[in-house]
Formats: sequence, C-alpha cells, structure tokens
Amino acid sequence: MAIENPQPERVNYLNKEYGIGSWLLTTDHKRIALLYLISITFFFFIGGFFALLIRLELLTPAGDLVQADTYNKLFTMHGQVMVFFFLIPSIPAVLGNFLVPMMVGAKDLAFPRINLLSWYIYVIGGILMLHCMATGGVDTGWTFYTPFSTAFSNTKVIEAGLAIFVAGFSSILTGLNFIVTIHRMRAPGMTWSRLPLFIWAHYATSIIQILGTPVIAITLVLVVAERSLHLGIFDPKLGGDPLLFQHLFWFYSHPAVYIMILPSMGVVTEIIACFSRKRIFGYSFVALSSIAIAVFGFLVWAHHMFVAGISVYAALVFSLLSYAVAVPSAVKVFNWTATLYKGSIHYDAPMLYAFGFLGLFTIGGLTGLFLAALGVNMHVHDTYFVIAHFHYIMVGGAVMGYLGGMHFWWPKISGRLYPEGWARLAALIVFIGFNLTFFPQFILGYVGMPRRYYQYPAEFQVLNVLSTAGATILGVGYLLPMIYFLWSMRYGKPAPDNPWNAAGLEWKTASPPPTFNFDQEPVVTWEAYNYEELDAPHREEVPVAG
Amino acid sequence: MHSQAAAVHPEVHNPALLHHFAEPQQQRDAASLGMWIFLATEVMFFGGLFCAYLIYRIKYFGDFAAASQTLNAALGAANTVVLICSSLTVVLAVWAAQHARRTMLLVSLVLTIILGFAFLGIKADEYKEKFELHHVPGASFQFQKSIPGHPDQMANPQHAQIYFALYFIMTGLHALHMIVGIGIFTWLLYSAWRGRFTPEYNTPMEIGGLYWHFVDIIWIYLFPLLYLIDLHK
Repeated sequence: MAIENPQPERVNYLNKEYGIGSWLLTTDHKRIALLYLISITFFFFIGGFFALLIRLELLTPAGDLVQADTYNKLFTMHGQVMVFFFLIPSIPAVLGNFLVPMMVGAKDLAFPRINLLSWYIYVIGGILMLHCMATGGVDTGWTFYTPFSTAFSNTKVIEAGLAIFVAGFSSILTGLNFIVTIHRMRAPGMTWSRLPLFIWAHYATSIIQILGTPVIAITLVLVVAERSLHLGIFDPKLGGDPLLFQHLFWFYSHPAVYIMILPSMGVVTEIIACFSRKRIFGYSFVALSSIAIAVFGFLVWAHHMFVAGISVYAALVFSLLSYAVAVPSAVKVFNWTATLYKGSIHYDAPMLYAFGFLGLFTIGGLTGLFLAALGVNMHVHDTYFVIAHFHYIMVGGAVMGYLGGMHFWWPKISGRLYPEGWARLAALIVFIGFNLTFFPQFILGYVGMPRRYYQYPAEFQVLNVLSTAGATILGVGYLLPMIYFLWSMRYGKPAPDNPWNAAGLEWKTASPPPTFNFDQEPVVTWEAYNYEELDAPHREEVPVAG
Repeated sequence: MHSQAAAVHPEVHNPALLHHFAEPQQQRDAASLGMWIFLATEVMFFGGLFCAYLIYRIKYFGDFAAASQTLNAALGAANTVVLICSSLTVVLAVWAAQHARRTMLLVSLVLTIILGFAFLGIKADEYKEKFELHHVPGASFQFQKSIPGHPDQMANPQHAQIYFALYFIMTGLHALHMIVGIGIFTWLLYSAWRGRFTPEYNTPMEIGGLYWHFVDIIWIYLFPLLYLIDLHK
C-alpha cells in the first residue's frame, strides 16, 4: 500500500499533551470521544454482566440461581444501563463526536465546552445509576410503568429516575452541538448534498435527541414527584391516568430506538460505499430517508400500548403509521443492496459487520411489521418475540454498526492498525453468537413464553439453553475486539493516513489527526463517495467479486 | 486585561473570537442557533406538562375550575404585567448593547433583574397563601369547595389535588427558569459593566435576551391556563 508514514514524530491530538488534567479538562472533540468510549464501554460490560446472569437463570425451567425479586432487578437494570448508558450515547457520543467535525471540515464542534460538559453530565448520571445499583437496584422494568413504579415498588425508583433524568441532558447537549455544527461549521464547498450520509444520519438522530429527550425528562420528574408526594397524576386510585404515563414515556422511548439505529445506519452507509468502491446508490434518498425516519418515528409510539386499553381507532392509526416508518428504512436497505450490485466488494472486518447489520436489521425490521399488525400484536405482546425483535434492532443493528464503525475508524482514532484476521474472526463469532442467542427467542415468544419471568414450563428449555449458549459465544465475540484494540494501541502496525483508500475529509488528514484536525482549512470541490475517481489510478487492483 | 487590550487595539485580535470559528459572524450565528435549539428542547420539556394539564382539565373540568378559582387572579395578572415590562427592558438592553449606549444598557439590565425579583416575590407570596390553606399536594392536602356554577356539588378533592400538583410543578419549573434567568442577567450586568459588549460583539446579550423572552412566553401561557379557568361563573 502507501509509503510508511514516520508516525511517532508527528504531533497529534493524543501526544500533544500528557497527564490526567489534559484529558479531564480537554475541549478537543476527539479526546472527549475517547472519554465517552471508556465510560460507555464500562457500562456496556456492567449491562452485559446483568444479561449473563439473566441467561444463566433461564438455563433451567426452575427459578434456582436467583430469587424472583433479584431477577426483576436484573432485567430492569440490564435494560436501563444498556439503553440509557450504552446504546443512546454509543455511536453519537463516540464516533459522532470524533467524526462529525472532521467530516464537515471543522476544527471542532460548535460548542467545545458544552461538549465536555455533556460528558461530565453523563458521568454524574452514571455515578447516580451505580449508586442506585449499589443501594439495592430497581425492579420496575426499564419502562417505569405506573402505578407500580409510583405506588407499589419498594426499590430505588427515585434514584434510577434521577440518574436517567441527568443522563438525558448529556444526550440533549450532544444533539444540540451536532445540529449547530452541521449547520454552521461546514468547510467552504461542503454543501448539504456533499455531506457524508453519516452526517445526515447524525442530523436526524440529533433532532430526536433534542425533541424527544426533554419529554422523558419531565415524565421522570412527574414519576419522582408522584412517588414522593402521592399526587395522583398517574395513579388511578387517586384519579390519575396510568395511560398518560405510557404515552409520555413512549413518546420518547420509541423514537429513542431511532437514536440507536440511525447513527448505525450512517456508519453502515460509509462502510458499504468504501468496501464496494462505489458511489452510494440514490444519495438523496438515503439522506432524506434518515430525516423521514426521525419524523415518522415520532408518530408511532402507541404501538407499544395496543393491549393497554387505548381506543381501537387510535390503535388503527398507530398501526398504519408504524407500517409507514418501515418505508424509509426499507429505502435504505434497498439502496445499500443496490450499492453492492456490481461493486468491487472487499471482505474486510468493517464490511463483515456491515453485512451482519444488513441481515440482522432486515430481520429485526420485518418482525417489527409483524408486531405493528394489530392481530399479531395481541398474540405475541409482551412475549419473547418482542424481546427477540428489539434485540435484532438494538444489538444486531445498532451494536453491529457500532463495532463496524469502531473497526473502520480505529486506524484514524488510534493511529494503529488492528489485527485483521482476529477482527474477521470476531465479526463471525458475534454474528453466530447473536443469532444463536436471539433467534430461538422468536420461537419461544411465538409459542407463548412471556417476557420478564424467571421460571418457565419445561418444554421451553431446549430453546432457552440454545439462547444461553449463544449468549456466551456472543460474550466472547464482544471481549475479543476490546482485547485486540487495546493490544493494537501498543503493538499494532502504525496506520497510514488513509488505510482503506476511503473518501471523506477525515481520511485526508493525519492518523491520528492533529488537535485542530486539519493543517489547513479544507476546501471541498467533490461529491461524497467519489470512489470511481479515487480508484482511477488503481484500476489494476481487480476486485474479487462474489 | 484582555478587554482593555482589545479596546486599545480592536483590530489586532478579537479576544471574543474562539479559535475554532473562522469569523465573528459564524460564531454569532452558531450561538444564536444553539439557543434556539435549546429553546425547542424547553418547549418539549414544558410540553409534557401542558399535555398532562390538557388531559386532566378536560377530564375534571369542574374540579379544575373550583381549584383554579382559589388562586389570586389579581396577583397573577400583576405578575404578567411585571414580566411583560421585563421583556421590554430586555429588548432595550439588547438594543443599547448593539448601539454602545452604556448607561442605558446598565439601567435596563438592572431594571430587568429587579423585575425578575419582583415576579419571584409575588409568586412566593402566592405560594405562602397556598401553604396556609393546605392546598399543597401531599399528606396535609385539604380542599372543600363547590364547583363553580353548581353550588350544591362539591369538587372532588383528589382531582383538585391533581390540579394543584400541576400548578406547583408548572409554576415551580417556571420560577426555577426565572432564577436561572436572573443569574444569567447578573452575569450579563457584570460583563456590561466591565465593558465587554460592543456593537461588534454582543452575542451573550442577544441569546440571554432570547432565553428571557422564552421564559416570559411560558408564563403568558401559564397565566390564563392556571388562573382563569371558567372565571366568569
């Protein structure tokens, strides 16, 4: 490939300053991205530990490993930690933070100090969550449904609510910073139609973050107030309406799924274009479908409440709108597939994750349509079918995209190459482990195993054992990248500036980049994904198309 | 130090221009857009409460009217006037900063802060009355009043409690925003007194003003919704 760069001599964002203070008081978006990376990885393994205990308990039909109360706390805190402290910040706060300014050709985000503040808010929220766990945890399910959470649960509901309330503001500030950066900080020539689709995806995500998150914040305020003072806002015994809580909760928490999946779609778009060596098929459709998902995503929340007693007409409308949100998602999948068509496909590790994403997201999305159908929903509501469906989206989709992105941009972030063979193996292990964990759950749900139970009839055991076996494989698949990423920071080969010969401004600067990203302000004169032009001198590299 | 140097050699280096912006206009546009987006999040934050209010007001209209009429509408109206006046002083302050009218700027800022405290003072007095009447939701809540227009029909105390819960949370959050606003304007006053604002650089005044107007507008909605339910009966 290219000539070896004399890497260690160059001043970059990592070696410019040393010492703990230079990290904790940094306003450099790249360093803040790494602070986020460390913190969310910590919470990922905490959430994963809870998942492991859940799967171990479900290995046998009897409730034998933990008490029922403990089990309730385990699945609650697994959900809360994974959703609010890992998935929501995952791609935006790590990859988005690192890449958004570089991709638009800016020196930093519009508000670097607010960016640092958002990390501190996240940390405070995280400490409150850890405190909640250490003092006994919470057992309401991650959904905090009233009146159980406000009147009956004797666990740490207020503490958990407060932790998530605080963490929400970190998400709001990240979204605010991205929107302003994308509007106001683009380099000369970087028009809206030249933006990488990763940016469009983050723009759509940010819209949801700034408009949805405040609603869950105020809802949690009401839950905490109701629980401490018995106000009656959500308690039917006092004249309140528990459905109001569900409406307010899902008004954020359904769009929150798109906070998790949209950035992942952005990552996958970048990867597929690069490893097919092709311009993305239908740029403007992929871009606008992100916005469409953000808009439609706000109009489907009540499909979580089909059996809660909402009016049949409301249910019809929400069912219809839930079908509508599948259209822009399908547009994306078709465009990715069309991009692959006649592309020079390279099977590097990021691409393997992108393929994994394509398949798993499609399964997750299509089973979402089953659930949007009123009749089927009655049958599988609150069963493992739902669990399998949303894990295909949130883990099969969002986490696959996150890992794909981490591999794709790791040379840029760390200035080192990760070991390709191990990475491909890990991608394969994750894919196999994931399907083995969650595919049996579709069947379990279909034949009637409800969610949130710690014991079950003996005939469900085979599928549960398969699922637990898959979870251990999946766990290995997640540990591997962490090990070899850490290894590569010391022993990996120095990365050239553009190891993938990829398009995009982030590849036109050093690896790792200097503190202000570019030595001179870039001027953009080309469209995004101009792979045909990039590859023009490399025509002799004949692709190994399958 | 910095501001003095800038005053002597304003063209050498603009200390207010942060390193990652190319020019002052870009920085100003970014700050202004950032504040507008923040206000959008605030709309959604209060929006959840307005939604809850709307549902229970329709569901328990009579009880809400009875509870609403225990509020002091005259004090609420007085507070509305106070806030509208403060919006005027904010506009004057922003204009003064843009046109380098130092005295007018300082006077307008001081007036704004005084009006902010006046609002909170009146609000505190209203809260005190509610405490004395046991209208604060919780263990000691009591409510005995007939539904307006139906002298023989008593209002349901539980439903009235929901009204008062929403009243305290909504006006309380609004008051919290007022306190933050007074904090911001105190800082703006200090900066103005130090001579930081010039016709070229007055972004903090502008976005601080946006925030203050937003908090006023919230009150403009809260006042009729909370104080004036079915008042003609």
